[in-house]
Amino acid sequence: MKMKLLTAAAAAVMAAAPALADLVIVDTSYRTGPYAANGIPFSDGYQDYFTLLNERDGGIGGEMVRIVECETGYNTEKGVECYEATKGEGALVYQPLSTGITYQLIPKATADGIPLHTMGYGRTSAKNGGVFNWVFNYPANYWDGASLAVTHIADQNGGDIAGKKIALVYHNSAYGKEPIRTLEGLAEKHGFELSLLPVDHPGQEQKSQWLQIRREKPDYVLMWGWGVMNQVAIQEAVNIRFPMENFIGIWWSGSENDVKAAGDKANGYKALTFHNLGSDYPVYADIQQHVVGAGKAAGAGDQVGTVLYNRGMYAAMLASEAIKTAQEMSGTSDITSAQMRDGMENLEITEAKMAAIGLPNFGPEFKVSCENHGGNGFGAVSQWNAEAGSFELITEYYQSDQDVIGPLVDEDSAAFAAENGIEGGC
Amino acid sequence: MFYREAGDFKTSYSEDNQTFPIKFDRWRYYFVLLVAFAVVPFIINDYWVNAVFLPFLIYSIAAIGLNILVGYCGQVSLGTGGFMAVGAYACYKLMTGFPEVSIFIHIILSGGITAMVCVAFGLPSLRIKGFYLAVATLAAQFFLVWLFNKVAWFYNYSASGQINAPERTVLGTPITGAQTEPWAAYLFCLVFVVICAVIARNLTRGMQGRKWMAIRDMDIAAEIIGVNPLRAKLSAFAVSGFFVGISGALFFSVYLGAVEVGEVFGITKSFLVLFMVIIGGLGSIFGSFAGAAFLVLLPVLLKNVLVGTLGWPTDLAAHLEFMIVGALIVVFLIAEPHGLAQLWRVAKEKLRLWPFPH
Repeated sequence: MKMKLLTAAAAAVMAAAPALADLVIVDTSYRTGPYAANGIPFSDGYQDYFTLLNERDGGIGGEMVRIVECETGYNTEKGVECYEATKGEGALVYQPLSTGITYQLIPKATADGIPLHTMGYGRTSAKNGGVFNWVFNYPANYWDGASLAVTHIADQNGGDIAGKKIALVYHNSAYGKEPIRTLEGLAEKHGFELSLLPVDHPGQEQKSQWLQIRREKPDYVLMWGWGVMNQVAIQEAVNIRFPMENFIGIWWSGSENDVKAAGDKANGYKALTFHNLGSDYPVYADIQQHVVGAGKAAGAGDQVGTVLYNRGMYAAMLASEAIKTAQEMSGTSDITSAQMRDGMENLEITEAKMAAIGLPNFGPEFKVSCENHGGNGFGAVSQWNAEAGSFELITEYYQSDQDVIGPLVDEDSAAFAAENGIEGGC
Repeated sequence: MFYREAGDFKTSYSEDNQTFPIKFDRWRYYFVLLVAFAVVPFIINDYWVNAVFLPFLIYSIAAIGLNILVGYCGQVSLGTGGFMAVGAYACYKLMTGFPEVSIFIHIILSGGITAMVCVAFGLPSLRIKGFYLAVATLAAQFFLVWLFNKVAWFYNYSASGQINAPERTVLGTPITGAQTEPWAAYLFCLVFVVICAVIARNLTRGMQGRKWMAIRDMDIAAEIIGVNPLRAKLSAFAVSGFFVGISGALFFSVYLGAVEVGEVFGITKSFLVLFMVIIGGLGSIFGSFAGAAFLVLLPVLLKNVLVGTLGWPTDLAAHLEFMIVGALIVVFLIAEPHGLAQLWRVAKEKLRLWPFPH
């Protein structure tokens, strides 16, 4: 039985790995399980953008992009299986879209020499490129998010939030715990009171947390949620009639499918974002024409223009720009993962570049360097308009509190360097 | 034709009592060991180790541990995930606290610590039985996961609450961490699997195993014939905890390298290992291996066939995978309610007579 299975598995693996000289992009997606509602649009956007480049421009720099999709189910064991199964195909960059899988992959990818791009998630201190050579988390990270949310609250209160009560509802995992350290630092600086309310995976059961919120009456609630947890939290907030404009989610807790379930009552819910929303950009016409219209859209093709679709597309755009940079630097179109890393480290996103792609003003400008793998921490606040059925930006892009975050990044990355015997430095 | 005793004469009691009394069976066992130790390490790569062999070997240890408790002693436990977490966190604290001590010793010590925790949670088994005991161990599962999330000391106050295995070596070869060679991780786990299986096999066919089985079959009768239920039950919890702890420690340090307790050692892990034991066969060491192989390898195989060979969409394949594995579990249990181990026993009987019908 065992032997038979093994031989069959061996045959299957061999049949599954054709060697082609393409730019290989691995999409570790999750289209099943409790996080699928958020995983699907991101993956669709990520794949559609590369499909667009293939169909419209004939690839990147004349080299076609081959997308290899692997289902992780947001599960770390399957994530490891996906990584091992696909790394041999010459993957240029991994975008695991899971903080748990990111933590697993940081040592593995570093040893294998494949860059990781953990856009707005993962290990925050990977911002320090001197220690985390192969990990990038531009354009913003969780600690930026925590600071941006607190700054927004301070702005609403004329700059003084001393004595205010802020509760953090978070996914009880590495993902949800990331902002706590920064929020504690900010609480000290601004003098607000922080209470922590963990929600266990997958997050369908939150009655006790919201009962506590009802009892303690915090002035503001922040949320670090993902997947089904978002919908449940917003529904619970509606149920206890918590003022929605005082309820702010991180960028992973602010997509249409999170709020729609709660109906009109969710109107006014706020979420952070580090890129623009909506489909009012020239690139969407091309996507309609070359991808959706041609029947080549990933998934069901019904997610175009949603918040997470945009984010997936933005991630693909940053990856393709890094590929272009790498191609220019190395003078060859068929780049390796090491050249990709150099391309990512020298990536510069300017307004002119974004306009040329058909995404004018889509995200903040930033420049990656060895010292700074994390961008400049710019973000904005969006608000749910239930009537229009869309999130709308209500602030300009503003920067996070670098005075608080900088020392924390140095401290955490130094601890990682000491633990793993890394010299560090650029 | 196969598995025949004919011509296989025994002249001493020890020969008569050996684990594999039939010559053919014994040679097959030596052959499997030879392949596992001398052939496989030379041909495996990262994918085979991380997707197939490590999970199979580590889950086998967990299944053996749980089989001792559920299959041999009849104490239903739903706390396996939590006990694996104890092993993992014990290993992490030992690895970071005493970096100069060999990882080999740390993993054995983690098993010992888990055994003690397991005994503590096994105390209620003296009063409550059956389904009620399952609920009590379920409480252990939730309590332990909550504990490792709540108390920052367990994860050395790291910001993310994750534990990461630092690099540790055995005889100069890295066993944990990113620099580990596939064969090293494989052999390290294989050594533990073989030792655990041999210990478990010999415990269960000795006096201790007979006491456990007496308790399983009818505890009142067992007490009357002189089996001390306190010692029998608690020793089953201790031995089971020891194996489960070792598997948890290996799961964290060698296989995953970074662990988040809620996700990796949640209630689904307890069910997974329990299903392995049930599908493999209650009260059978071979069944533990068969069950682990079934539930670890089949999804990987199906994924590779459906996505890799047939090129189906990944989400469709993932859904189908659940349906196929589920259907196969039902089919197997209808065909043979005593699990894959019983199928194997029947197959052996058939092979013994083959090609003659009588």
